[in-house]
Amino acid sequence: MIKRLKRFAEWLVRTQIWSSIFRQGWPDTERNRILTTINTLVFHLHPIKVKSHGIKVKYTFCLGGISFFLFIVETITGVLLMFYYRPTVEYAYQDMKDLEFAVTFGLFLRNMHRWAAHGMVLTVIIHMCRVFYTGSYKPPREYNWCVGVSLLVLTLLLSFTGYLLPWDQLAYWAVTVGTNMAKATPVLGAEGPFHVLSEMTDICFYLRGSVDISENTLLRFYVLHCIALPLAAVGLMGIHFWRVRKDGGISGPL
Amino acid sequence: MQEQQPETRITSSDSKQKDTASETQKKPDKQLAFPHLVFKEFIALMLVTLVLIIISMAANAPLEEEASPTKTPNPAKAPWYFVGLQEMLVYFDPWIAGVMIPVLIIVGLMAIPFVDKNPKGVGIYCFRERKFSFIIFTIGIVAWFGLIIFGCYFRGPSWLLYMPWESWDIHKPVISKGTYILPSFIGVPATIGYYVLGMWLPILLARNFYKTLGSTSYFITMFFVLSMFGFIGKIPLRFIFDIKYIIHTPWFSI
Repeated sequence: MIKRLKRFAEWLVRTQIWSSIFRQGWPDTERNRILTTINTLVFHLHPIKVKSHGIKVKYTFCLGGISFFLFIVETITGVLLMFYYRPTVEYAYQDMKDLEFAVTFGLFLRNMHRWAAHGMVLTVIIHMCRVFYTGSYKPPREYNWCVGVSLLVLTLLLSFTGYLLPWDQLAYWAVTVGTNMAKATPVLGAEGPFHVLSEMTDICFYLRGSVDISENTLLRFYVLHCIALPLAAVGLMGIHFWRVRKDGGISGPL
Repeated sequence: MQEQQPETRITSSDSKQKDTASETQKKPDKQLAFPHLVFKEFIALMLVTLVLIIISMAANAPLEEEASPTKTPNPAKAPWYFVGLQEMLVYFDPWIAGVMIPVLIIVGLMAIPFVDKNPKGVGIYCFRERKFSFIIFTIGIVAWFGLIIFGCYFRGPSWLLYMPWESWDIHKPVISKGTYILPSFIGVPATIGYYVLGMWLPILLARNFYKTLGSTSYFITMFFVLSMFGFIGKIPLRFIFDIKYIIHTPWFSI
């Protein structure tokens, strides 16, 4: 039986369909393993060979990878949620209720989106701590550390803009508290020190699109949350991963 | 995980593979990314997915009643990652707690690799070789999460102190938001003295530290370190001496 399976597998990898997708055979020789890394889009983000200490779980705790994975989970669940959500004051909360009671697996979908978001904020922060405590920000990795800090800020902003979208009391007032801070910006805020702008032209107004949180704010946060910030995050992540390898791969003892 | 594979020549090689080959000769302590690294990543990914699914089935994402601008909940808490800043609002005016502190944190974090001149401790969790940066960063992280935990679990209606096991229905008298405003002839020299002494004393007492950093890095480092301790230090000033402002001007107060 096993022999037959083996023969079937050998036949399978030789078929034109299989070999058009996977250009190398079974990854059971060093050559084929190297080719697997090179020929696969996702795997080719990795170098062909990695320092052994960098593979140890207790060195990285997989935190960067988990953050990236959670971002992908957020993207997938987020796109699915977008099918059922309309960013207007009239419908937003209704759609949340529909997700909870009418949409199949809607509640599960939203739970996953929410918990993965909290998880991502946590893993990104802990990832930063890991990088700090292993001294991995030191030259030549200074720039990548800064990209990482920007990604942390983007993660917080993504989470914060998403917080408003359910349009419930929790969302409304948490975002009110959060955006009120912008009013206190020196010079640019209407209530900050040395303020020069009125409530209708200050930085908080541009953030909210109105004096108080309104439908404009909801639309703004929706567009930021679903398009602008994820795009920025993807771009920075590209630089982040690229630079990890350009700066000499995972950090290690000299 | 060490696996001995016969070295195979790769014919379709590019320059990168040559690099890897020459590096392997120098440092034999490397492993193929496929399967060793990819395998662990896959396990981490599966575990995270499993945990996410379990949490999403066990706990529902919060959804309160529909947003209503006329009904202010008490307290209105920000999302947990901003609660630390909200807690700082007790001790500082919004322009410091909501604008200056986050900006200083972000700029300070980005400055770390450029002011840390200590080349040691890369690639290992090592306290002994970089005590100063280790301690400062840890204090910052602990303070950040300490404030978050305090704000989340020890603050109730009107942002008053409620123990986690206390009911929010208990009426509590409003505590003062600090009564004493230090007169300018004490507050201004005290603040200037804090920074000047804080920067001057280490030059006298820890000459080596100053010399290895160089003056620019030294003053930038000390500015951020002293500011951090200053922000944290105002908390006991408020609790013990009931001080509202250290510096009070018609335009801004600290």
